[in-house]
Amino acid sequence: MIALLLRDLKLAFRAGGGFGLGLAFFLIVTVMVPFSVGPQSALLSTIAPGVLWLGALLACLLSLDRLLALDWEDGSLDLLATAPLPLEAVVTIKALAHWITTGLPLVLAAPVLGVLLNLPVAGFSWLVVSLLVGTPALSVIGTFGAALTVGLKRGGLLLSLLVLPLYVPTLIFGAEAARRGAVGMDTGTPMLMLAGITAATVALLPFASAAVLRVNLR
Amino acid sequence: MTLTVTDLSIARGGIPVLQGLGFDLRPGTALVVRGPNGIGKTTLLRTLAGLQPPLSGHITGAEDTIAYAGHSDGIKPTLTVTENLTFWASVFGTAEIRPALEAFELNDLATRHAGNLSAGQKRRLGLSRLLVTGRPIWVLDEPTVSLDVSAVAMFATAVRAHLSQGGCALIATHIDLGLDAAVLDVGPFRAKPRPVTDFDGDFL
Amino acid sequence: MTFSTKANALWEYANPKKFLATTERVLPFFWASAAACLAVGLIWGFFFTPDDYRQGATVKIIYLHVPAALLAINAWFMMLLTSLIWLIRRHHVSALAARAAAPVGVVMTLIALATGAIWGQPMWGTWWAWDPRLTSFLILFLFYLGYIALWEAIENPDTAADLTSVLCLVGSVFAILSRYAVNFWNQGLHQGASVMRIEAVTGGDTQEKVSNVFFYPLLVCIVGFVLLFVALVLYRTGTEIRARRIRALLARERVGA
Repeated sequence: MIALLLRDLKLAFRAGGGFGLGLAFFLIVTVMVPFSVGPQSALLSTIAPGVLWLGALLACLLSLDRLLALDWEDGSLDLLATAPLPLEAVVTIKALAHWITTGLPLVLAAPVLGVLLNLPVAGFSWLVVSLLVGTPALSVIGTFGAALTVGLKRGGLLLSLLVLPLYVPTLIFGAEAARRGAVGMDTGTPMLMLAGITAATVALLPFASAAVLRVNLR
Repeated sequence: MTLTVTDLSIARGGIPVLQGLGFDLRPGTALVVRGPNGIGKTTLLRTLAGLQPPLSGHITGAEDTIAYAGHSDGIKPTLTVTENLTFWASVFGTAEIRPALEAFELNDLATRHAGNLSAGQKRRLGLSRLLVTGRPIWVLDEPTVSLDVSAVAMFATAVRAHLSQGGCALIATHIDLGLDAAVLDVGPFRAKPRPVTDFDGDFL
Repeated sequence: MTFSTKANALWEYANPKKFLATTERVLPFFWASAAACLAVGLIWGFFFTPDDYRQGATVKIIYLHVPAALLAINAWFMMLLTSLIWLIRRHHVSALAARAAAPVGVVMTLIALATGAIWGQPMWGTWWAWDPRLTSFLILFLFYLGYIALWEAIENPDTAADLTSVLCLVGSVFAILSRYAVNFWNQGLHQGASVMRIEAVTGGDTQEKVSNVFFYPLLVCIVGFVLLFVALVLYRTGTEIRARRIRALLARERVGA
């Protein structure tokens, strides 16, 4: 299992692995926001937590279609399915690798982009914490979407259509926690709900992902 | 470990392709699968490897014993030859990749990125993966595609060595590997279509 | 003993042939009674009930809005149920019934959203508000779209049935989760505000709030919509079975048998 994780990380960091693309996308989306809504710092600081959450979510989404498709195309998935590793473990590791290469960098970059959007000082820690707790759910749900569409030639757009509705609860609680944190309100409930969603998806969704992957492999 | 197949029927895309297939594959023996294109050889091998369920029939002795090699090798172009092999070795829980490199004369290429290999060299790397799986039953789908004469000989030697160690191999191929292998012609097992009037639960 | 025979008798309708034969017999009845109920309910509701003292004639859109909203949700439940039956018992008719119900469900959702907007405009002065109930329906609409798109995208019918069934299962959990999330989220936005409490005029409070004058024709309309839904789903399932049959015959021809 460690070997698969290490291989996926290595592949992501090597040339053409696509590491950093999500991060660059996150940066660009954030920079575009003031151009679209205007430069008033009061407005920007109000919408900053939500915009940053949405940006992180879209950056996550962007890298999902590579998550399993590359291994599908070169036959690695067939071979992994016949290996001693259960497919549930394979999809969990894939999601973990996706989180380390996409989710974690987004979490770390978010405060810097928060400065660009005049995020209130109180909001920084809550933004980071909510993203840290919420992005694993995004990776796991995304892996399910990727497993659903892996056999399709042009699955990218369909993948977004399937995954975005599934992202709704995570986005609502995550952005709400960050927003409440920024204005100094109590973040207890949304943070608990967010943590609950992450825990439940990490524990249960790999079974669904493995099941649909098995269907797609046959 | 003997692989036993009895009264096996398989389907591709929901359409039955082969039916009533049965054979034994004993340790130390090889079986060459022949048949016209599109008859379902690949489907048969994928079914044996456990990638798809059979329509009916039984396969015994296939649990965690099969090393499958299909049309694509699962090679990552940005990893070196050694890294590719080491990965599969650790997935299958074996440590030694030296013998695999030697058997397919990959020693000189060990530090090269797999993306820089020729098609034949890639294929050799793909086949050397079989040696690091440590599994007794090799199920190979057209293993000699894009191999030159000397590489085919390398492959045949590797298969012979595997058989002499008590392993066995099921190979779908059209070329003569010079192996002492039985031939399974799947042509006669082509599935007969059910009558059109039979409009029941499974449509076909 | 009696139970198992009964159950087996029910599963017999999972045979496409038996299903087609039976639906062909019962469909005319469903069409006719749906048309009758809708005609009675709508005419009664539109022309023979008084205008609401506060809402005027706009209240009468309730006869379309409430039944459509009810079916929008229940169509998804029906898909969930038939998907489970497909995953567990592998009856093709069940999977095709789920596929057949999805477009009907999507249209019901659209009707509910559109009539809601038309109703909401004079009442609240806006076509759309991010009220929890409205938002939930919008999310349900997105789930329907994804489900239908996945069916359309996959070539192999059995693979498509498997994948869409799992999506329906996972989607149901997330749809319920979204419902709670949206409830929480909007409270968070308008704390204590109750300007847009549409519960007061639709849904849960309907029976208390809407007097019997409105309620009986509404009941007839709901029965009519349910009958229409059943008729549409049975009819569309029959179409799906025939389409599947044609595919099978073409595939057989391709193999050269």
